[in-house]
Amino acid sequence: MFPARSRGNKFAAMSLVDINRVTLTYKGASGGVLALQDTTLAVPQGDFAAVVGPSGCGKSSLMKLVTGLVPPDAGHISVFGDPVVGPVKIAGMAFQNPNLLPWRTVVENVLLPLEIVEPHRRRFRSEKAKYRERAETLLNTVGLHGFADRYPWELSGGMQQRVSLCRALIHQPALLMLDEPFAALDAFTREELWCVLRDLWQENRFTVILVTHDLREAVFLADKIHMMSARPGRIVLTRVIDLPRPRELDICFEPAFQNIVHELRIKIAEVRKA
Amino acid sequence: MTNSTLERLAPWLFTIALFVIWEAACRIFKIDPFVLPAPSEAFAAMYQYRWPLMRHSFVTLWTTMAGFTLAVVFGIVLGLMVGWSRTIYRGIYPVMIGFNSIPKVAIVPILVVWFGIGEIPAILTAFLISFFPIVVNVATGLATMEPELEDVLRALGARKLDIMLKVGIPRTQPYLFGSLKVAITLAFVGTVVSETIASNAGLGFVMVQAGSNFQMPLVFAGLLLLAVEGIAMYAVFAAVESHFTRWAFRSSMSAAA
Ligand SMILES: Nc1ncnc2c1ncn2[C@@H]1O[C@H](COP(=O)(O)OP(=O)(O)OP(=O)(O)O)[C@@H](O)[C@H]1O
Ligand SMILES: [Mg+2]
Repeated sequence: MFPARSRGNKFAAMSLVDINRVTLTYKGASGGVLALQDTTLAVPQGDFAAVVGPSGCGKSSLMKLVTGLVPPDAGHISVFGDPVVGPVKIAGMAFQNPNLLPWRTVVENVLLPLEIVEPHRRRFRSEKAKYRERAETLLNTVGLHGFADRYPWELSGGMQQRVSLCRALIHQPALLMLDEPFAALDAFTREELWCVLRDLWQENRFTVILVTHDLREAVFLADKIHMMSARPGRIVLTRVIDLPRPRELDICFEPAFQNIVHELRIKIAEVRKA
Repeated sequence: MTNSTLERLAPWLFTIALFVIWEAACRIFKIDPFVLPAPSEAFAAMYQYRWPLMRHSFVTLWTTMAGFTLAVVFGIVLGLMVGWSRTIYRGIYPVMIGFNSIPKVAIVPILVVWFGIGEIPAILTAFLISFFPIVVNVATGLATMEPELEDVLRALGARKLDIMLKVGIPRTQPYLFGSLKVAITLAFVGTVVSETIASNAGLGFVMVQAGSNFQMPLVFAGLLLLAVEGIAMYAVFAAVESHFTRWAFRSSMSAAA
């Protein structure tokens, strides 16, 4: 359902997201907090990148920088080859909390981005039926068949998170930003949603930056894992995950997978001590 | 009798019990009707003066509603402005809090000088006393928007007005409707305060007149009618609230009443 990205060829050689020596300080009443220092990170078009690191190291801040929600104090960020100066306008985002609007039905929640993003915004009224159909198709692919007209409070936490994913993807963004989207879910639901995300990505090949605390999640989903140091955050390690795709959940029990997880776990323990 | 019918009847039973106790106390302790008339006497006075009371009740009701309507319009506009911009919030809030701490009784004489005796001071007093909770609640609804939701929308290129229309304003609804219940009862207070000071109509006026004629049953009849109007309007806005904001009661988000 996502159109083939014609820009793919043109940008094939370069990064979709390019973060170059970025520093970010939060100014507070009791002095500033240096959240990120000299962070450098590149994500090629169509890649699945995961960012892991100790709590409070600036992962969420990194997401805000990439989407242009906060400006850096120093350094340079570009998305799609253009320098980021304000909100990027193309990114889909989802967080740990699904943040659905309780007064809207599931399908109306999913449609929200189309009421904002051009060119859909202009066409939204006249082509509502078509958009609705698109939203329902997307809901079906994440396993929410028949829930379009329910309200969010009638759904379980896992189902709400699926809706939140659909909302992040409905406008077919080139860039998907996920900040611990599965952290609040139970283990089974989480693994189910890994597969949902894997399938959506496999099919449409948007670029993903996933922040997570779960190393297995990162290894299972990502092409590359970027590990950050304790605050002030920097990328201290980039690990390419060359496990073959498509990956099935069984892979989690294979030695190759577990070795990578183990290796990363040791690294993160070192990083936290440092 | 099942539990739920008992629950439904509870307010009526409680009210009736209150009147029965009041009546019994007056009779048993032989309380002077100039001090505290029994409810039966108050109801008798209500019946005896039913036509004038009806007219004055109506005056109180419409002046209250007029003042309250002004407060709703003004309160929503001001609340949205305060919630929209921190600068406006900073600028207006101290003045508004200062203004809200002034007893409105003190303002009535000024209103009388400006507008003369009659309905206009009553309407304005009702307005002045009831707009504050509306402003505060509307502004709170906007201010407590989840920052992550705002991020989601801004990352899509939403402008401030988009966020306001799609999220801010719908989200303030439960806060607004919650505040209307409070505001309508305050509006009655404002009207009656003004009527007792400077008016020639309305329940407040009736009670002052009856008091100076030592017609205590009539004073209490006026009080009871006032209470009835207050309860009725509260019920109307409680119904409006639960109709328009059913989602807020079902989801975890709850309104500030
Ligand atoms: N709005 C803010 N104002 C001031 N300081 C902030 C703000 N947001 C984050 N910080 C600080 O910046 C640092 C990084 O925060 P950030 O939310 O990016 O961490 P994180 O890596 O996402 O943490 P977690 O894994 O717990 O979600 C923290 O030390 C925090 O105190
Ligand atoms: Mg975070």
